[in-house]
Amino acid sequence: MTNNLLEIRDLHKSYGAVEVLKGVDCTMQQGDVVSIIGSSGSGKTTMLRCINMLEEFQGGTIRIDGQAIGYDVVNGQRRRKSEREIARQRALTGMAFQQFNLFPHMTAVANVMLGLVKVKKMSRDEARTLAETWLDRVGLRERAEHYPGQLSGGQQQRVAIARAIAMNPKLMLFDEVTSALDPELVNEVLQVIKSLAQDGMSMLLVTHEMRFAYEVSNRVIFMNQGRIGEEGNPREMFHKPQTERLAEFLKSSTFN
Amino acid sequence: MNYTLNFSAVWRSFDLLLEGLALSLALAFAAIAIGCVVGLITAFGLISKNGFLRRPAGIYVTIIRNTPILVLILFTYFALPQMGVRLGKIESFIFTLAIYSGAYLAEVFRGGLLAIPPGLREAGLAIGLTNMQIRTSIITPLMLRNVLPSLGSTIISLFKDTSLAAAIAVPELTFEARKINVETFRVIETWIVASCLYVATCSILAALMRAVERRLAIVR
Amino acid sequence: MDIMHFLDIIWLARMPILKGLGVTISISLLAICAGTVLGVFVGLALTYGIRPLRWIVRGYTDFIRGTPVLVLVLASYYVLSTVGLQLGPFQAGVLALAVFCSSHVGEIVRGALQSIPTGQTEAAKAIGLTFPQTFAYVLGPQALRHALPAWVNTAAEMVKASTLLSIIGVAELLLRTQELISRTFMSLEFYFFAGLLYFIINYAIERFGRYVERKTAVPT
Repeated sequence: MTNNLLEIRDLHKSYGAVEVLKGVDCTMQQGDVVSIIGSSGSGKTTMLRCINMLEEFQGGTIRIDGQAIGYDVVNGQRRRKSEREIARQRALTGMAFQQFNLFPHMTAVANVMLGLVKVKKMSRDEARTLAETWLDRVGLRERAEHYPGQLSGGQQQRVAIARAIAMNPKLMLFDEVTSALDPELVNEVLQVIKSLAQDGMSMLLVTHEMRFAYEVSNRVIFMNQGRIGEEGNPREMFHKPQTERLAEFLKSSTFN
Repeated sequence: MNYTLNFSAVWRSFDLLLEGLALSLALAFAAIAIGCVVGLITAFGLISKNGFLRRPAGIYVTIIRNTPILVLILFTYFALPQMGVRLGKIESFIFTLAIYSGAYLAEVFRGGLLAIPPGLREAGLAIGLTNMQIRTSIITPLMLRNVLPSLGSTIISLFKDTSLAAAIAVPELTFEARKINVETFRVIETWIVASCLYVATCSILAALMRAVERRLAIVR
Repeated sequence: MDIMHFLDIIWLARMPILKGLGVTISISLLAICAGTVLGVFVGLALTYGIRPLRWIVRGYTDFIRGTPVLVLVLASYYVLSTVGLQLGPFQAGVLALAVFCSSHVGEIVRGALQSIPTGQTEAAKAIGLTFPQTFAYVLGPQALRHALPAWVNTAAEMVKASTLLSIIGVAELLLRTQELISRTFMSLEFYFFAGLLYFIINYAIERFGRYVERKTAVPT
């Protein structure tokens, strides 16, 4: 069992009285590329955010490489880990956000370097070399000294991806990374993700881009009202949906 | 520290404090009313393309904003008579606070004017209004709604500035408080009560401004 | 008022004016420094403090901001000596201004921190930074840029508010000016000159603030 990269068991999460995740189970192996699809409010982003403890969760367990994330169970009591420990665990995953969230007061290369220097404790020279390599990888080597405000949305998102992936995470989380982009900038970001997938990076993506989910992932999860509605390989899911819900959802989304 | 709180002396003079507060409010009201007119005219000057209007407005605002109000109050009351302008204490104070508030309100109004999309002026011109009509019936009312939050805090801070009238012996709240302090030696009580009166008045003013804001809010 | 005569008068009075100016500058610097240090803690408590602490600090800032500075100065001067703290007018006045400054700086710091989108904290968390690290490298520097213009403004406010210490007998620039006037009866000349000095100091602060703002702006 411990060879699962990600193992989610019976995940429950509520905001006050509203239950958003009603018992989610999911496993991922090294090298898996899993897309989560579903209508808004189905809990897909929340699930992603629980994995790196940006959201607290009230029930169930999340394990990455066998490590329980966020909480310890001591004598049957569930206890939140220390902030320091949670911060360390967050570095196991990398995350790219819908709104990029680049640090506006730092250049592109400084954005990528921050975690390397402060969390990975690399020397500045080492960090810079690595940061430049990754910026090169996302096609932005020559923009290294630009500030986020001087970059287009697509470029900002690519820097944000470089910032996450330079930390050498075991698992990359992508939260609707193209939703805030102008249509003509979507492709450059998707190309970057696709090439990372081809290199064997394990990733979990929340996305509205059905064609992209179809092309890039080896498994698709359809979330529906806080539960997993259906999952399987993309070919079967998209061409032969088993449930009414998924069929409806696919019809309403733009898969063309 | 052998001091026991005893508010009875302050309560006996409480009506004096209330009269002082009433005068404070009257001073603020009169000065701000004049200041609004001065500020509005100045604000239109500040955003004018015509340098002959813009520069004097800018100089007025810069001078007032960078000079302590106490110096302005003393100057008007003590120095202007040397030039033959002799005003009573209250008139002199209202005049100074009006000029002072005009500069701060002009800045507030200017911000609001700049936030109004130029398309509105063009729409007004298109239906045949004159520039003056557009200013009075379209731009100014809209701008006032936009600036209500900062207008509120400016008005409250101008109200607090009425305490400086005590420096030229205008019997407003601070002056009365100081008098009671000196006469009764109930030092702590006097200043607690006086501050509370100011704080309460400021909160009421803030609540009023918020109510106006809600009432005038434009549904979008 | 012929100009040579005026300069002559000022030259003769240069010593008291310079002494007063020195006191004004020391008051302002002390109040700004102490008020800023205290104000940063106030701002942090308002933003990140646990609930009871936040309420207490909120009460403190609201009370201070609802009270006129002159009342703070007078209360500090009279009240502190009553409760047995033997502070001279200088110390009492500086304390009052520092407290006033701290409530403003506190609000500025809170506003600056809260204006940073939550995505910034999330992104910092996602790369594994702890909260102190997030604050030091992500939130702090952004808040600082945001707060700088308002903080410089507050510094200029402190210079202006230092004039209020003349009322409790601190021999700063305005009180020295009043003493000169009581000896020479030339109120117009001396008030004008004092006003000019204050204007120069504040205008310089304002210009410096704009310069720093430009220098630290994030390129877009």
